[in-house]
Amino acid sequence: MLLCNVAADHFNNCFLILMLGAVNVDLQTDATLQVDISDALSERDKVKFTVHTKSTLPNFKQNEFSVVRQHEEFIWLHDSFVENEEYAGYIIPPAPPKPDFDASREKLQKLGEGEGSMTKEEFTKMKQELEAEYLAIFKKTVAMHEVFLCRVAAHPVLRKDLNFHVFLEYNQDLSVRGKNKKEKLEDFFKNVVKSADGVLVAGVKDVDDFFEHEKTFLLEYHNRVKDSSAKSDRMIRSHKSAADDINRIASTLYTLGTQDSTDLCKFFLKVSELFEKTRKIEARVAADEDLKLADLLKYYLRESQAAKDLLYRRGRALVDYENANKALDKARAKNKDVLQAETTQQVCCQKFEKISESAKQELIDFKTRRVAAFRKNLVELAELELKHAKGNLQLLQSCLGVLKGDT
Amino acid sequence: ETSKYRSLAGFSSVLFVVLSLVKVFLSQSPEAACLSAEDISPSSNGPRDDDPDDLFAEATEEVSLDSPERQPILSDGPSPAITPVTPVMISPRVDVFDRSPDQDEDEEENRDTFDIQISVSDPEKVGDGMNAYMVYKVTTKTSLSIFSRDEVCVKRRFSDFLGLYSKLASKYMHMGYIVPPAPEKSIVGMTKVKVGKEDLSSVEFVEKRRSALERYLLRTVKHPALLKDPDVLQFLESSELPRAVSTQALSGAGILRMVNKAADAVNKMTIKMNESDAWFEEKQQQFENLDVQLRKLHASVESLVCHRKELSVNTASFAKSAAMLGNSEDHTALSRALSQLAEVEEKIDQLHQDQSYADFYLISELLGDYVRLITAVKGVFDQRMKAWAKWQDAQVMLQRKREAEAKLQYANKPDKLQQATDEIREWEGKVQQGERDFEQISKNIRREVGRFEKDRVKDFRVVIIKYLESLVHTQQQLIKYWEAFLPEAKAIA
Repeated sequence: MLLCNVAADHFNNCFLILMLGAVNVDLQTDATLQVDISDALSERDKVKFTVHTKSTLPNFKQNEFSVVRQHEEFIWLHDSFVENEEYAGYIIPPAPPKPDFDASREKLQKLGEGEGSMTKEEFTKMKQELEAEYLAIFKKTVAMHEVFLCRVAAHPVLRKDLNFHVFLEYNQDLSVRGKNKKEKLEDFFKNVVKSADGVLVAGVKDVDDFFEHEKTFLLEYHNRVKDSSAKSDRMIRSHKSAADDINRIASTLYTLGTQDSTDLCKFFLKVSELFEKTRKIEARVAADEDLKLADLLKYYLRESQAAKDLLYRRGRALVDYENANKALDKARAKNKDVLQAETTQQVCCQKFEKISESAKQELIDFKTRRVAAFRKNLVELAELELKHAKGNLQLLQSCLGVLKGDT
Repeated sequence: ETSKYRSLAGFSSVLFVVLSLVKVFLSQSPEAACLSAEDISPSSNGPRDDDPDDLFAEATEEVSLDSPERQPILSDGPSPAITPVTPVMISPRVDVFDRSPDQDEDEEENRDTFDIQISVSDPEKVGDGMNAYMVYKVTTKTSLSIFSRDEVCVKRRFSDFLGLYSKLASKYMHMGYIVPPAPEKSIVGMTKVKVGKEDLSSVEFVEKRRSALERYLLRTVKHPALLKDPDVLQFLESSELPRAVSTQALSGAGILRMVNKAADAVNKMTIKMNESDAWFEEKQQQFENLDVQLRKLHASVESLVCHRKELSVNTASFAKSAAMLGNSEDHTALSRALSQLAEVEEKIDQLHQDQSYADFYLISELLGDYVRLITAVKGVFDQRMKAWAKWQDAQVMLQRKREAEAKLQYANKPDKLQQATDEIREWEGKVQQGERDFEQISKNIRREVGRFEKDRVKDFRVVIIKYLESLVHTQQQLIKYWEAFLPEAKAIA
């Protein structure tokens, strides 16, 4: 199977910078803590990321160091944030999606099986395409893991997390295994309970207008982003299929050109050459739309879910606070366990107020980030579409000029 | 003269032997008979048959006149008229083809400048239910003298077109003329129309058919001989046309198959037609290759049409979704930009749809037409084989009659002898006619193929340039749309 060993300098290409910039424009390059993924290795069923840290913070033994981490360890880190009560008032940066090369591997395998049924040129061409596709998926997964780390590093509170430091510095295997079936089942039930609870909590009207508005907004927004994300994926897939067809057409035109005995042979060869080039541009258009539009929507699908989770936690805390208030009133009325009720009420109040305070800022930051990210991406999308359309136009017009001149 | 006939006779006897042996051996053993192929005789009349490019190399068995297997099958001793000869085909002298095939054609074209416009329009449904059919208006505008008026309108239905094609094919194909095939029948398409489904797919079907019928008529009248044909004139001019009944079961392809069946039988008979004229062999191979590639290209273009239509639908769906997203976005400037994005995508989806129509009507249909045309071309080559076989059969018969006559001369039966002599004269005539027909069809085919290739070059050039122009238009529109959107995106504050 293919081993994509991407060298460090390979990663300092525009792709990653764009990807990073795409979703998080606010990431200040802060000298106190800089994290990136300097290398990655794709093996049969796992990807090994080399996490590279540069820091002036006293917490770390050295100023610059690297460790190798796998996807499960990123998930462990994310889950540790989610489960930490201290961070209940923050939007936890969404976990990167699991690397998925299955589709690409399957295609490569099918190609290998069908090698006998196509010409050598066709086979080489298709192999190159599929390898490029594999590489693109690989780069994306690396980018998404990196974005997660950068978001954590940029967050004023989360960057100080101990688990995060261990993740960055501890150069042995964290012995974090993926969840087994029992744990996955537990998670499933937890989620079911959570959604049910979420509905209950959401039903409680909030006294604070800001949060009430955010709740309504996020609920609808999240659903709409989900829909747009799915539809943009479908649109881009069709675009890729059309580009593939043009590829085949170019090959057949080439064969026709070499075989034809009339004046058409030059004609066919010229058009075949043209389609080869326009096809590459069409494929690039689809790839850029994927990067600037589809990935943006996918990321904000995950972020809006994280924001919803924050609201849920606050809502939960509010309900607990209100229940504690009621319990205190009851206790005072009965004059029984008043002290205990008072302490519970205090704790709930503090928790709720703490979450509310940070949540407000987090949600405002979320909006700022979102608007900036969309702006950047939409501008870049439009610029790239223009660039490619102009490129296509130029190719078509120059070819037409030659063909018309020939007659 | 006599030497020619003698060698023909020699050949025909060998042919007879080949055929008989093949029959005997095939009935005896399932595998192909392996006869010892000894080449005979130094005095061969035609080119040697060891051409590696010979299309029929695998299909033939050669027999030497002196081979021992021959003895038990032929009766009596060898006829004195036979001279041993290599089993090759004697093809007509080459000087017949000194005159360029194009010259004939150019003369015909210059006589009458090609001024005729035909349009097929206004499809109308007549009747109800399963007996319903579509009627198309056929308008001919022309200044040509063979037409009675300079503008004629008639109403025709699909089976009328099929009927016209079947008449023209039966009249001209055996002469080597490439008769453009009529469009294919479509049971599914027509049933939808009959049942009265007014949806997009049946509208598209009718439009596709209308366009195909128009192209069919234009190609037919472009052929100088077909343009003058009375059936064509009647089709274009007369208000009433006798209903073509036989086409109910036949389609264009069906007719081609029928006409070619006889030619297929010839191919299966393992006769080796040694092409002394390399032109025919070369051309057949070229058309074979062209057929393969055009079919492949057609399939790829059909796939492109399908994916572009899909892209258009998915883009429209995304546009709606983006509009919804814009609505729910609470940052005003971003909300507006997202709505603008939705509008751009909506315009783009229309662009994709238009482009897919161009893909289809320009390229895909052209390719489909040419795949069918090449079947007609291949059919015409087969007709030539058929003519050759007929000629060879006549030679065989002549030889038989001569042998019969020779025997009768010794038997002293004067009336039978007279009959035999008469028959010989009859068959001599047939042999001469066969040779003439073969020469004529060969000449016709050369001219037809020349004309066909010229048309093909013109057609493809025109269509591909038009197609590229449509692609240019699409890109120009895309540029316009994105240029309008860019400031909107930048305005997000």
